[in-house]
Amino acid sequence: MDNNTIIQTDHLVKRFPIGGGHFTALEDIDLRIGKGEFTGLVGPSGSGKTTMLNIIGSLDDPSEGDAQVLGTSIKNIGARRASTLRKKHIGFIFQTYNLMPVYTVFENVEFPLLLLKMSDSERKKAVMDALEWVGLTSKVKSKPKQLSGGESQRVAIARAMVKKPELVLADEPTANLDAENSHNILRTMEKLNEELNTTFLFATHDDKVIRYLKRIIYLEDGKVVGDEQVKK
Amino acid sequence: MLRFFIKGLIRDRQRSLLPIIVVTLGVMLTVLGHTWITGILGDVIDFNARFSTGHVKVMTSEYFENIDQMPNDLALLESEAFIAELQEKYPDMTWVERISFGGLIDAPDEEGETRAQGPAAGMALDLLSPESQEAERLNLQNILIKGTLPTSPDEVILSDEFASRLEVEPDDQVTLITTTMYGAMSITNFTVCGTIKFGVGALDRGGIIADISGIRYALDMEDATGEILGYFPGGEYPDEKAITLTENFNNKYADEEDRFSPVMVPLRDQNSLTGMIDIIGYMSGIIISIFMIAMAIVLWNAGLLGGLRRYGEMGLRLAIGEHKGHIYRSLLSESVVIGIVGSVIGTLIGLLFASLMSKGIDFSDMMEGSTMMMPGVYRTQITLESYYIGFFPGVLATVFGTALAGIGIYKRQTANLFKELQA
Repeated sequence: MDNNTIIQTDHLVKRFPIGGGHFTALEDIDLRIGKGEFTGLVGPSGSGKTTMLNIIGSLDDPSEGDAQVLGTSIKNIGARRASTLRKKHIGFIFQTYNLMPVYTVFENVEFPLLLLKMSDSERKKAVMDALEWVGLTSKVKSKPKQLSGGESQRVAIARAMVKKPELVLADEPTANLDAENSHNILRTMEKLNEELNTTFLFATHDDKVIRYLKRIIYLEDGKVVGDEQVKK
Repeated sequence: MLRFFIKGLIRDRQRSLLPIIVVTLGVMLTVLGHTWITGILGDVIDFNARFSTGHVKVMTSEYFENIDQMPNDLALLESEAFIAELQEKYPDMTWVERISFGGLIDAPDEEGETRAQGPAAGMALDLLSPESQEAERLNLQNILIKGTLPTSPDEVILSDEFASRLEVEPDDQVTLITTTMYGAMSITNFTVCGTIKFGVGALDRGGIIADISGIRYALDMEDATGEILGYFPGGEYPDEKAITLTENFNNKYADEEDRFSPVMVPLRDQNSLTGMIDIIGYMSGIIISIFMIAMAIVLWNAGLLGGLRRYGEMGLRLAIGEHKGHIYRSLLSESVVIGIVGSVIGTLIGLLFASLMSKGIDFSDMMEGSTMMMPGVYRTQITLESYYIGFFPGVLATVFGTALAGIGIYKRQTANLFKELQA
C-alpha cells in the first residue's frame, strides 16, 4: 500500500449465513482510495454499500480477502485494536445523527475527545474549532431537541471531525434532510475535505449527494460495476 | 470521563431517579429494620440482664440445675464474704445479691380473715442501702403506679395487676406464705407500700418486690443469697467478655464433686437467650441479603429498560471507538454513584425514622399473656452499624443489577451498528 492510499481492499469477500447456506454481500472487491478523496459508494439497496462501510470502519471483518485501512489489516483485527483504530482515526456520520439527548451540543462534540484523554484546554479549543467549521458556535449550550434536523447533522459532522480523523465514513448522511439542508451539509463536508484534506467515503443513493462526489464507485449485487472520477 | 457520565446521570432523570428511589427505599428499610431489631433484641437482653440474669450470674451448681424451682434451699452461704471477694477480684464490675422466691400472698379482711389469695413470684433485692443502685437498675421509680418504694424491710411492692386482683392498696397489710431456706413454713406480714406496672405479662400477673433484708428474715436466709448478679461497666452486655470471665471463674471455683460449689453463668446461657443473641448477629445479614436480592432484581430490570432506551447511545459509543469493556465499566461506575447517592439518602431517612421511633411503641397490652421476660415497649436503637449497614445492599445491589443488565453490551454485534443507528 503506497503512502497516498488510505483504503485498499484485495479480493474482499463478505458472506452472511442464511439458513443452511449463505448470502454473498461483497464479492471480490479490489479498491484503492487515496488520501483526501471525496468518494461515494453508490448503488441500490442491498448492493453492499453499508457492508463495505462496516468493513472499512472495522465494525465487521471480511470473510475472504482483506481490507487495509490506514495501513492496518482489518482481517482478524480483534475488538480492542478495532476500537482503537476507530477512536483515533475514523469519524462516523449516520443518517439519524445519533446525538446524545441529555448532553449539550458542546458535550456531544466533546465526547470523542474524552476517549482520547485530551486535556481540558485542548478539548475546549478542538470542540470550538469543530463547531466553527460547521457554523454552530452560537449553539454550544443547546440540547439536541432544540436543534433542527440540519443543525443536528452539522453537530454530528462536528463530532466526527473534532478529532481530525484521516477518514470519515458517512452512511446516507442526507436521507433525513430537505434539499436546502442537504446542500448545506454537503458544502460543509466538501469544505472540510478541501481544508483539512480529510478523506470522506459515503454510502448513498441520493442524487443530492452524488452531485458533490469527486469519485463515484458503483456497486451492484456486491460487485463493483463502475468507478468514475468526476471532473468539476 | 466520570464527570461527563455523572452530568448525564443528573440530567437524565429516567436513568437516575428510579434507581435512586429504589435504592433509597431499600436502604431506608434496611436501616430501619436493623435499628428496629437491634432495639428490640437489645431491649430484651437488657431487660433480662436487669431483672433476672445479670451480665453474669453466680449461684451454686445445684441451684443452677434447678433454677426454675427457685430452690433457695440450695442458696449460696456466707454471701457477704463471697460478694466482697468478687468485688475485690473483679473491681470493675458491680455485684448484687438477689433472692427469687415463690409463695402465696394472702390479703386479709378487717377481721384478719383471708379475703383474697394469689400465687406470687417475688424478687428480693437491696433497696435500702444508700449506695445500692438496684431501684434505678430496675427503673422502679418510673414504673411505680401508686404509693412509694419500700423504705423498711417489712414493706413490699406488688404488681398493679396483682394488687387490683387482690383488691389491696398501699398501706394495706398482706401475708407472704412460703417456705424457709430450711424447708419450714414461713408466714410473714408485710405492708404494701406501692404498686408497679412492669409492662411484662410474666411479671405483672403475680409480681412482688421486697428489700432483701426483709425476705432474708422471712426465708431464714441470714448471710445467704440465691443468686449474685454481676454487671459490666457501661450497661451493654459484652458477650465475649462475659464468656471469658465465666470460663476463668469456673476454672477457679467450680467443682463437679461439690453440688454447693459456686458456678458462673453468662447471660447468653440463661432464659433461652442464646438464640436471641445469635439472632442479632444473623439478622443484619438476613435483612441485608433480602433487600439486596430484591433491589438487585428491580435494578436489573431497570437496567434492562435503561439499556433499551440507551441502545442508540451505546451503539454510537461503540461505533466511535469506545471499547465494550470501557462502556461496561462506565455503566458500573454510574451504578456505584447511584448506589452511594441512594444509600446516603436512604440511610439519612432511615435514621430519621429510627430516631423518631426510638421512644418506642407500647405493645404491653398485647403481651399480657406472655410468659417471656420481654419489654412491652419496642423501640429502635441506632448503633454505629446503623450508619453504614445500608451501604452494603445499596451499592452492591445497584452494581450487581447493572452488571447483569450490562452483559448485553458484550453480546452486541458491531457489524450491525450502521443499520441499528439508522433506526
